[in-house]
Amino acid sequence: MTDQASDDTANPEESTSRRDFLQIATYTVGAVGAGLAVWPIVDSINPPADVLALSSTEVDLSPVEVGQSITVIWRGRPVFVRHRSEKEIEESRAVPLDAMPDPQKDEDRTQKAEWLIMVGICTHLGCIPNGQRPTDPKGDFGGWFCPCHGSHYDLSGRIRKGPAPTNLEIPAYEFSDDTTVKIG
Amino acid sequence: MKLSKSIILPFLDWVDYRLPVFSYARHNLIDYPTPKNLNYWWNFGSLAGIVLMIMIITGFFLAINYTPHTDYAFSSVEHLMRDVNYGWLLRFMHANGGSMFFILVYIHMFRGLYFGSFKAPRELLWIIGVVIYLAMMGTAFMGYVLPWGQMSYWGATVITSLFSAVPLIGDTIVTWLWGGFVIDNNTLTRFFVGHYLMPMVIFMLVIVHMWALHQHKSNNPLGVDMRTPADSIPFHPYYTIKDMVGMGVFFIVYFGFVFFAPDFFGEPDNYIEANPLVTPPHIVPEWYFLPFYAILRSIDNKLIGVIAMFAGVCILFALPWMDRCRVRSAKFRPIYRQFFWLFFADCILLGYIGAQTAVEPFVTIGRIATAYYFAHFLIICPLICKFERPLVPPESISAGVLKAQKGAE
Ligand code: HEM
Ligand code: FES
Repeated sequence: MTDQASDDTANPEESTSRRDFLQIATYTVGAVGAGLAVWPIVDSINPPADVLALSSTEVDLSPVEVGQSITVIWRGRPVFVRHRSEKEIEESRAVPLDAMPDPQKDEDRTQKAEWLIMVGICTHLGCIPNGQRPTDPKGDFGGWFCPCHGSHYDLSGRIRKGPAPTNLEIPAYEFSDDTTVKIG
Repeated sequence: MKLSKSIILPFLDWVDYRLPVFSYARHNLIDYPTPKNLNYWWNFGSLAGIVLMIMIITGFFLAINYTPHTDYAFSSVEHLMRDVNYGWLLRFMHANGGSMFFILVYIHMFRGLYFGSFKAPRELLWIIGVVIYLAMMGTAFMGYVLPWGQMSYWGATVITSLFSAVPLIGDTIVTWLWGGFVIDNNTLTRFFVGHYLMPMVIFMLVIVHMWALHQHKSNNPLGVDMRTPADSIPFHPYYTIKDMVGMGVFFIVYFGFVFFAPDFFGEPDNYIEANPLVTPPHIVPEWYFLPFYAILRSIDNKLIGVIAMFAGVCILFALPWMDRCRVRSAKFRPIYRQFFWLFFADCILLGYIGAQTAVEPFVTIGRIATAYYFAHFLIICPLICKFERPLVPPESISAGVLKAQKGAE
């Protein structure tokens, strides 16, 4: 200890850099430690395991006629399943991409052209768009219309007019056979 | 007399010597020098404090009977209304108290705008006030979710989804708020805890607000500093009495709503239990959010709309540096005075637009009103400051008061 003290006076520069090193090391360990301590707290507000476990839903499509829509629940969220007619498919494919705020080909939104499957939550602020029932207002493009702030979606679920930034989301899904689909 | 002389007073002295609570109270609540010319617009701060206490007390007793679970929340509020003794009174005092709180605070804020109370040396006092206002909005928003009606649910959906506009981390933030992929039980429990916690934070912020206030003391209708003892009177009894008069009037209004129109500020849809699969045709937030909701809806781009909405509140932080006119009170600012009332009208108009469906002509009117709102802070205030020739305020409060009396004779 006495050596240390005399070192300080004899060679101030060297001791400064040693102090600097100790200081930076302490801050670093402190910051990493604080980060490690905070992470469990932050992670505790993420979705818990039981919520994540509800991850897939099987749907039987056989009763859904051409032109009909059904709403199923996946992860607590409504999923729109629409059995589209030839005419609807053709119309959706004919729209030029530059007429859309979020350009996407209809082909890229379906696995089987007649089954349109998408999350029924407006990409603006989360309301559920109207258009599932025959009597609902369907907006200027014949698909879905969100009443909350006026977003119009077309027959492919693409945003065409209004404040929503993106098309209705397509969930991960796969057909286990011709009339059964597993969502999630 | 004897008892007090021999036991109580020495005991109080004993305490005060060790923990000066009594001298502190005397200094800040009794002898505290207050401008002698305050008008009734200066009542609203203390009224807001009273309502904060009412909210904390009624809230505690509501929480005793409330169950923060999606399966029980709605029915526990009905249970509270029908079965709990005076549960209806507690709930209506709390629900209407929220609205009253905002009315009082809005008047309190416009008072500050009119009389220039946000100007040097009270900038921090003003800023802490805006922080309190933000905290109140958060608290009221979370509280409105608790009864778990349709408006609770869908209001919460729309407002929490605002955060999804944040680039890159937006969706993560929303998932954190929800604790899942939709608003569900996890959301309800965290909002309940947040709703209980935030008022305590507000309470502490109010103490800091008072601390800053007592440093440079109250502004006044003339906007000139207190210079001599002749400019001030002690807080007690003069302003304790005046505040109590205001409280009486306020309670007539407040309990008028509680007893005779308890659902006046409410939405009928909130008496329908939350249904995650059906969005009500017309979602409106609580009235106190309407002007900002109108700003949000008047912009057709999600991110910019959300930024504008938050900027609408946060621009108040910058006001002391936008309006740098040395003269505080609008009494002596002929031009500013007119634009103050235009701005006030614009806020009311925005509130009206926020309650309408998003169709023409409301959309266009909303856009103009939004533009004017921001122009008031960013363009009009700095320009007035540059070109206006204010009248000369009296050299002291006493001089001003005497002049006014002479004028009246
Ligand atoms: C800053 C002060 C506060 C404000 C502005 C506020 C606001 C609100 C609002 C607007 C509601 C919805 C009322 C309705 O429509 O039913 C509510 C409900 C509720 N609040 Fe508060 N609150 C405050 C303080 C508190 C405190 C301190 C507690 C607890 C200690 C509390 C507990 C509750 C409970 C349990 C409910 C649900 C019951 C109900 O809906 O009536 N609140 N609050
Ligand atoms: S939530 Fe659908 S338009 Fe805003």
